[in-house]
Amino acid sequence: MTTPREFKYVGTRPIRHDGVDKVTGRASYGADVVWPGMLHGFVLRSPHAHARIVSIDTRAAEATPGVKAVLTGKDLPETTATIALGEAAIDLRDVGDNMLARTKVLYHGHAVAAVAATTIDIAREAAEKIQVVYEVLEPVTGIDRAIAADAPILHPALRTKGAASPGAAGPTNIASRLEFKRGDVDAAFAEADVVVEREFRTPMVHQGYIEPHACIARCGEDGRAVVWCTTQGPFVVRDACAAIAGLDPAHVKVIPSEIGGGFGGKIVVYLEPMAIALSRKAQRPVKMVMGRDEVFRATGPTSGSRVRVKLGAKRDGTLVAATASLWYEAGAYRGSPVGAGAMCALAAYKIPSFFIEAHDVVVNKPKVAAYRAPGSPIAAFAVESVVDEIARELKMDPIELRLKNANAEGDKAPYGPKYGPIGLKQILEAARNHPHWTSPLAANQGRGIAVGFWFNAGMNSSATVILDTDGSAAVVTGNPDIGGTRAAQAIMVAEELGIPVERVRPGVGDTDGSGYTDLTGGSRVCYATGMAVIRAAEDVRDQLKARAAQIWNVAVDAVGWENGRAIPPAGTEKAEAMTVAGLAAKMAHTGGPIVGRASLYAPMAGPAFGAHICDLEVDSETGQSKVVRYTVFQDVGRAVHPGYVEGQMQGGAAQGIGWALNEEYIYDADGVMENAGFLDYRMPVASDLPMIDTVIIEVPNPLHPYGVRGVGEVPIVPPLAAVANAMRDATGIRFTELPLSPPRVLEAIEAASAVSVGA
Amino acid sequence: MATVHLPSGLTQYTGGVETIDIDAARVPELIAALGHRFPQIAEQLGEMAVAIDGEIYQDPGYQLLRADSDVHLVPRIAGG
Amino acid sequence: MTVTKLHIETTINGEPREFLCDSHETLLSALRNGLGLTGTKEGCATGDCGACSILLDGRLVPACLVLAPEAQGRAVTTIEGLSSGDALHPLQQKFLEHAALQCGVCTPGFIVAAKALLDAKPNPSEDETRYWLAGNLCRCTGYDKIIRAVLDAASEMKESAI
Ligand code: FES
Ligand code: FES
Repeated sequence: MTTPREFKYVGTRPIRHDGVDKVTGRASYGADVVWPGMLHGFVLRSPHAHARIVSIDTRAAEATPGVKAVLTGKDLPETTATIALGEAAIDLRDVGDNMLARTKVLYHGHAVAAVAATTIDIAREAAEKIQVVYEVLEPVTGIDRAIAADAPILHPALRTKGAASPGAAGPTNIASRLEFKRGDVDAAFAEADVVVEREFRTPMVHQGYIEPHACIARCGEDGRAVVWCTTQGPFVVRDACAAIAGLDPAHVKVIPSEIGGGFGGKIVVYLEPMAIALSRKAQRPVKMVMGRDEVFRATGPTSGSRVRVKLGAKRDGTLVAATASLWYEAGAYRGSPVGAGAMCALAAYKIPSFFIEAHDVVVNKPKVAAYRAPGSPIAAFAVESVVDEIARELKMDPIELRLKNANAEGDKAPYGPKYGPIGLKQILEAARNHPHWTSPLAANQGRGIAVGFWFNAGMNSSATVILDTDGSAAVVTGNPDIGGTRAAQAIMVAEELGIPVERVRPGVGDTDGSGYTDLTGGSRVCYATGMAVIRAAEDVRDQLKARAAQIWNVAVDAVGWENGRAIPPAGTEKAEAMTVAGLAAKMAHTGGPIVGRASLYAPMAGPAFGAHICDLEVDSETGQSKVVRYTVFQDVGRAVHPGYVEGQMQGGAAQGIGWALNEEYIYDADGVMENAGFLDYRMPVASDLPMIDTVIIEVPNPLHPYGVRGVGEVPIVPPLAAVANAMRDATGIRFTELPLSPPRVLEAIEAASAVSVGA
Repeated sequence: MATVHLPSGLTQYTGGVETIDIDAARVPELIAALGHRFPQIAEQLGEMAVAIDGEIYQDPGYQLLRADSDVHLVPRIAGG
Repeated sequence: MTVTKLHIETTINGEPREFLCDSHETLLSALRNGLGLTGTKEGCATGDCGACSILLDGRLVPACLVLAPEAQGRAVTTIEGLSSGDALHPLQQKFLEHAALQCGVCTPGFIVAAKALLDAKPNPSEDETRYWLAGNLCRCTGYDKIIRAVLDAASEMKESAI
């Protein structure tokens, strides 16, 4: 076993390098730029949730003074390209159709045409003159309807992929079905002393980033395009734009703006290829900015769901059997995160026999996009609620029950491979020993705990470290900084080179200025891109050692490195240790500038677990509830900048609390979303929440030089069940449908008291 | 020989075979050999992520296998 | 051609400014598009997110719900007017020290709203701070570090005022 490395900068909390620009309003986000001569684009959207497009007449719009270009689906080529991005965003034909409908509209708000004009008002008025004739079809607004025998079919060519259920053939709204199984489930349930089975439902919810989608694009006579946009993945945007707008990717450059939140929702393109196509027609730059209602209606929420879970346990608390049936809404095109949901559902527990099935279901709602640990929170809500019920039936402490069944290093994950070092037991023990767990509750309060799991992504990353003659360094990667990753990357360069963090300039490159890098998401930036940054800094260090060897006229291998200084071999005459600055000053005489670079493909990072304890106070007269205390425990592997690690844990918890208590897409019978604004789509505000305590656990990930696992996604997984379990504790009622909004809670409390009065 | 664990959902197409030993030095040869053995799932194999000795590769490419590698085929996962 | 634009004279961040706008244009649009003050953000345009928070004659308002012509003869303070010379406002400094921003798009609105709070109430409790800032949405932070930053700025400003 190697001794743990002593860090000088890793684990400190320097002020982020982009901070002053962001607190003074100078940082440029998607909608903050103006290009000379630019036009404004406006999108015409479908008033129907499901309809065939019979015809589109754009003549009146085109004739409007000030209008420079009008676009419909027919103007764009059909593409069959795909981008490998996991299960959620692969098919660019679907992405293109979702961006601008060709033959059918599949949800209320689906784009059917776009107009570019000299002012946004002109563009809007012209768009309203576009005549679209629809043949309206019955909307499929939920899973139950989608899978009914007589359901309208969204995509006539769609067939179920994967492990088809017996008898499934022909047109369907079930895009895929997956199974995971181990052991003999029926026999195992027969051995169980207690069995609990429940069915859960969750509504669609949105990522809710505060900055709406925005971009500006220009496309010249030579077919070369430049796009400025708010995105988690500039390279994804580049490749998608090229395929959808019909350009050579060699001719597309994407410049990422500062990004005002994403959470997975700013990976897919909604505007950029349209802006390029409009610009190509008009030969002027085109700026497009979504309104909040467009963000709700036409960008990715995550799935609504129906999940049935059954668990069996022995009297001593040993879990022996499980079944789970997951049904996730994909929205208008296939690709819900149900596969990940199925893989995460039982990830925490050693259960010898289980059967899990997962269904991806298309419905007439917006196509879902990734949302923080996509698929896992929905599955955890169901499983962790049932685990809580088992603990109650067995009169066992819910942490003890979980510890008894917790997976550890060497155990087989339900999706197959064996776990490496994981911190599940450590977080559960930390939770059990935390004062929160044993503190007294006041009247009308309840306490819940739940755990959650996420894989944490790896994939492609590149980094360049540029040394300057004064011994400072710049580091450039292709990852937009969505929550403090610049600071983390500067820390890593400082750590490797031994120069102060403040003397490192971290930057975000555009698609021409950095090596290919996958998106900012999947909790991968600090892990995978961080690994590239560390290696690029090591590359600089190796070059510096070679320069020192040259100066001292010794063999490179003989040069040591300590505390940011090259050390001459013992006995070298007139040689003293040289600092980075000293060596950098001599670059011109020792071979010229020094640039370090690294590119890599990382496997998925170490899997990570979190546990959340929630105290909820419930007003039984109004059904209103409030989180009064909340503590987040998480194994992050290694916290590079603990301030931003805590921030991820707190922010994820807050989003999950919103999902549990208030957030939902509300649809009418025609498939029209009724609450497409922040007033009625109720996200948590400051007065809804207490301070959110964090406990960082560090079980190093052997795949990363510092042990980083990634942090951003796990914290949204446990809150749904942690809150629901606290609600059960406070009210005695097991809620199986989210959100736990005051009317739903009040109704259940009244029903329960009516029963107890009647009895 | 690498030990390959097939996704349990696909065993309905493999005559119930869940685990199979395959002699392959790299992932592409392994996938090709599997596809040859089980033509019904060949197409789906190419779309899966591969876990080699516990490390999951979303795009396994030409990853090398050890003589005794433990290989699992798992669905691809999206990140947010 | 008839003149359709209105001519507005106002004071922005202490400087006299003039601009042209449509009668139905919001002050948010005039600030961002006409005057190039893009520090004030648009998150909703319906008064529900606080990203566009500004001070109008010292009063906290969402600029998306104010018509541009209403700025006539009044004093507007935006995020760009908070630092003085080369010194950050204590709120700005504390947001940095507490890592109270992640994506940062809500930050200008929070800092302007918090300034209005501290102007009105130099020594707010945690609860008062949470309720005052309830009109500002942040989706990244869970508010914990924002609240700490504001309370810390309040105590520091009080100390330096003594
Ligand atoms: S943009 Fe004004 S309150 Fe949201
Ligand atoms: S920091 Fe992103 S919305 Fe507040």
